[in-house]
Amino acid sequence: MEEKMTCIVCPRGCELTIVNAEDVSKMEVFNHLCIRGKHFAIKEKTNPMRTITATVKINDGKQNRLPVRTDGEIPKKVYMDIVDIINNIELKAPVKREDIIIENVLDTGINIIATKSVL
Amino acid sequence: MIYDLLIIGGGPAGLSVAKKAYETGIKNMLVLERDDELGGILNQCIHNGFGIEKFNKELTGPEYASLYIEDIEEKGINYLLGSMVLNIRDEGEYKVVEVASKEKGYLELKTKTVVLAMGSRERTRMMIQTPGTRPAGVFNAGLAQKYVNIDGYMVGKKVVILGSGDIGLIMARRMTLVGAEVLRVVEIEPYSNGLSRNVMQCLKDFDIPLQLSHTITEIKGNDRVESVVIAEVDENKNVIESTKEEVECDTVLFSVGLIPENELSTNLGVEIDNRTQGPKVNEKLETNIPGVFACGNVLHIHDVVDYVSDEAEQAADQVHKYLTDTQDICKRQIVLENSDDISYIVPQTIECKHSDIELKFRVRKPASNVRIILEDSEGNVLVNRKKWAVSPSEMEKVMIKGKMLEDIKGNLTLRLKAEE
Ligand code: SF4
Repeated sequence: MEEKMTCIVCPRGCELTIVNAEDVSKMEVFNHLCIRGKHFAIKEKTNPMRTITATVKINDGKQNRLPVRTDGEIPKKVYMDIVDIINNIELKAPVKREDIIIENVLDTGINIIATKSVL
Repeated sequence: MIYDLLIIGGGPAGLSVAKKAYETGIKNMLVLERDDELGGILNQCIHNGFGIEKFNKELTGPEYASLYIEDIEEKGINYLLGSMVLNIRDEGEYKVVEVASKEKGYLELKTKTVVLAMGSRERTRMMIQTPGTRPAGVFNAGLAQKYVNIDGYMVGKKVVILGSGDIGLIMARRMTLVGAEVLRVVEIEPYSNGLSRNVMQCLKDFDIPLQLSHTITEIKGNDRVESVVIAEVDENKNVIESTKEEVECDTVLFSVGLIPENELSTNLGVEIDNRTQGPKVNEKLETNIPGVFACGNVLHIHDVVDYVSDEAEQAADQVHKYLTDTQDICKRQIVLENSDDISYIVPQTIECKHSDIELKFRVRKPASNVRIILEDSEGNVLVNRKKWAVSPSEMEKVMIKGKMLEDIKGNLTLRLKAEE
């Protein structure tokens, strides 16, 4: 069976064609401009991963929201659970860029970090 | 005091100009920013996807900005926040920039060169004339993004988004993550106007439907939006009456494109190209006024910030050449034209044939299996490049070698040719 998939690794957004999508061992990937596209397709079919970006409430700072992200990819299936956790955090300024906001979120081995300094 | 360089705008374009200009040796410069912080639109673009081309890393908007801001602080480059440029006057050798600054009041600053880096603003509901009442709950997607990401203010709970530009797609995901229900994204064109990776990771990941060839024909509601009427359109974008459907919602976001912000340029006497809505520039990114350069979204709309930085660096290099009298000056002017299937091309003219030139353009409609052809008035072909796919949502680039320009005849035309 053939399947189409958009590679989201870079802004080029290659439209990948996947043959034998139902069986990872026989799966073949076409139309990727670089090898990352092939890796992406295989991952997407086995354990899709995403990066989360969001903001959290911050008090006593120059602004009310602190932008944050996961410092690596997390499994897509825990995406919304992590978003829930992020939505319920409240911080106090100052926070520096790259400060860890939550360590090892949901045991993924991934941290939530600040992407901006809010003083 | 006379500045060597004034940079109008402290967003991605302005910051990149400042950094690069400093590296070429320009020290006597000032960045003017009307907001209370540097970084421009990047501050509210909290999503990732920036920096892949330039830093080989996937950064968020604030991170991309901070790489430049921290560098600018370190170099000690001067900037003035809360400072709105009111007018720029051309006095020949010098330009005078009139500024209203929160901190310093009214200023008139004299400079040898100016880089226009004001960016763009969103097209509005008024501009596309969406009928209906005028209740609360109708926002431009970028403004809603600022409310949500910077001010922490929730703009609505049941959202319909008109337009599938990148900001609209990004906001569909963002609204979902902050607890709103995004009912659908409606796009009048038969294709998405945003990057396909955003369709994938912002809509498909959250099962948000994208309705192509559809539009909002009416917004209803008295105090607050109560519903919208959505209908399909035919190939001529006429509404198909029988497809009208009323959808209950409390919020409508408009993501219907960006327009370069050029009031200052126009008042200064800079010629505007009505294809890009930005200044007409030559290969030096210099406008018709010597010493006035433009780059970034004020020049033409970019979809990847990394390319804004590249363009800004080119502008900075050219400012340096202008200031050190090493600019390439030739008498000849080659005009760049494009066929109807291309919506614009930048630069609009080429004066010098010595250096390699990067042409940037956008196609009008998606197409696959095409050739990009650049030829002169006598049909001599300079570029003939195959592309698997082109789309209006992605800026295309072609390089021409300086050598190739030496014996071209007349002007240059860029066109697409379908490959059998
Ligand atoms: S396949 Fe490579 S070039 Fe294509 S979108 Fe994926 S990462 Fe980018």
